[in-house]
Amino acid sequence: MLARRIARHGLTLLVTALLGGFLSATLLRLAPGFDSDEAQLDPHLSSQSIEVLRHQRADQRNIFMFYARSLQGAVHGDLGNSISLRQPVASLLRERLPLTLRLIGVALLLSWAVVLALALSAAWLREFAYDTLATLVSGTLLCIPAAVLALLSVLWNVPGALAICLIIFPRDYRYTRNLLAKAYTLPHIVTARAKGLSEMRILFWHVLPVAGPQLLAVAGVSVSLAVGAAIPVEALCGLAGVGQLAWQAALARDLPLLMNITVLVTLVTLLANSGADVIGHVWRGQQA
Amino acid sequence: MSFWRGVACAVLLLVVSVSLAANWLAPAGYAKQYREAAGSPPSHEHWLGTDEIGRDRFARVLYGTRISLLLAPGAALLSTVMAAVVGGLAGYLGGRWARAAMAVTDLFLSLPWLFLLITVRALLPLNASPMVSVLVTFLMLGLLGWTSAARVLCSSAGALRNSDFVRQARASGIRGARLFWVHVLPNLRPVLYAQFWISIPAFILSEANLGILGLGVAEPLPSWGSLLKELEGLVSVGEEPWKFVPLILLAIVVTSFQLVLSNRDEVAA
Repeated sequence: MLARRIARHGLTLLVTALLGGFLSATLLRLAPGFDSDEAQLDPHLSSQSIEVLRHQRADQRNIFMFYARSLQGAVHGDLGNSISLRQPVASLLRERLPLTLRLIGVALLLSWAVVLALALSAAWLREFAYDTLATLVSGTLLCIPAAVLALLSVLWNVPGALAICLIIFPRDYRYTRNLLAKAYTLPHIVTARAKGLSEMRILFWHVLPVAGPQLLAVAGVSVSLAVGAAIPVEALCGLAGVGQLAWQAALARDLPLLMNITVLVTLVTLLANSGADVIGHVWRGQQA
Repeated sequence: MSFWRGVACAVLLLVVSVSLAANWLAPAGYAKQYREAAGSPPSHEHWLGTDEIGRDRFARVLYGTRISLLLAPGAALLSTVMAAVVGGLAGYLGGRWARAAMAVTDLFLSLPWLFLLITVRALLPLNASPMVSVLVTFLMLGLLGWTSAARVLCSSAGALRNSDFVRQARASGIRGARLFWVHVLPNLRPVLYAQFWISIPAFILSEANLGILGLGVAEPLPSWGSLLKELEGLVSVGEEPWKFVPLILLAIVVTSFQLVLSNRDEVAA
């Protein structure tokens, strides 16, 4: 059953990545300006060189051929070249991915530590003032654009990971708080409380088994949020990660680079969501 | 109507009215440069000072607010209509239609929202005229923002498809489009309202993010994104606090929308 689930997720991941890649390639191919090449206007080039450039562009007109070639190159580790940075895309991604993964990893750990601490204490204490204060803080952070939080983090010399944490925290907090609050109102948990069971025992024996799989799903989604938050934070804090690369590629209309980052981001977010789903499935299976 | 919802509605009404009165409150317009007073602090002539090329910041805030507050609901309406058509129809038809629609939404949702926006924005010409850039930005928000709403609507329409009153209508001989438009769609209205109200603050924040990253509305047209871009040049928070006025206004407006929304959520539930 588990193997089937993993296989299904693997297949979904592959199909979505392939479809995402095809969609990106199609949009790239149809984007205004694809057919033109600045190099063709270079007065230093001979007419034969310009003809070769035109011929190369003509080869890319068929979307299916264009995608098939890109895919073939990707299988062999050749992701093409960045137009704006004039470097192989594979080496650019290799250089920048570790920083982004580190940033996102630290931000997620920080965020979940704060989210669980606040949401659990809010559920335990059931104090209106405490709950309102936590909701107010998360609500205020939700009303500030992610890019402004990134700018403020530069002003206050806050590390990039903390800025990402501040962006994803309010979203995770809301879901987690609601899930835990709902779990604490379940009849068997109310009974356990009434019978005088300790809060820790109620949490680990009764609340987490109920809310755990859903919390895992929220954790999976928060990876996607963190990847999205990495773009403004890296771009505005001057951190040379994949987020900054995506922003630079967008500003320079470096479409081949953007297409590869799109596929990479799709894979990362799908892997996180599939991982959360599989772990949740195992968890539920153990309970049953 | 709860007290806080009433306050939020009043705040929104006030902000919209003031921004609509921008032509009277700031007749010189958002692009006029006072070169002798470039980068000046707040004064009697310029209530929020001027920016680095001498444009009146108060006028820019008013016009920027108007642009964001008029176009974000437009984009929200577009995305809600698309979600209703795609998600509602897919849920109503069920089977392979629902699976295909959900596969498309999964594909869109597999990318973080901001990443999807900057990718699609990059595919469009960046050196467009200000008016085209503002339309492109909000159209893009409307055309891409329907996916999560479509999922909700697909499942709601799927539940309605098997409900007793739809079965009875079908047994009475009502079929196809009439069944969908007359019996299914009106029952999706609470969900549609909620999705519409959720989308407005989300689109306002997205435009602000795009503007700060330089991928939003082009100069000299003001928008909350381009106004907040000014914060990039600050050295300390206390240095020029009046530059935070657009941020405070944005936070107030988004909070108000969320307060209005909290009631809509109850309706949808």
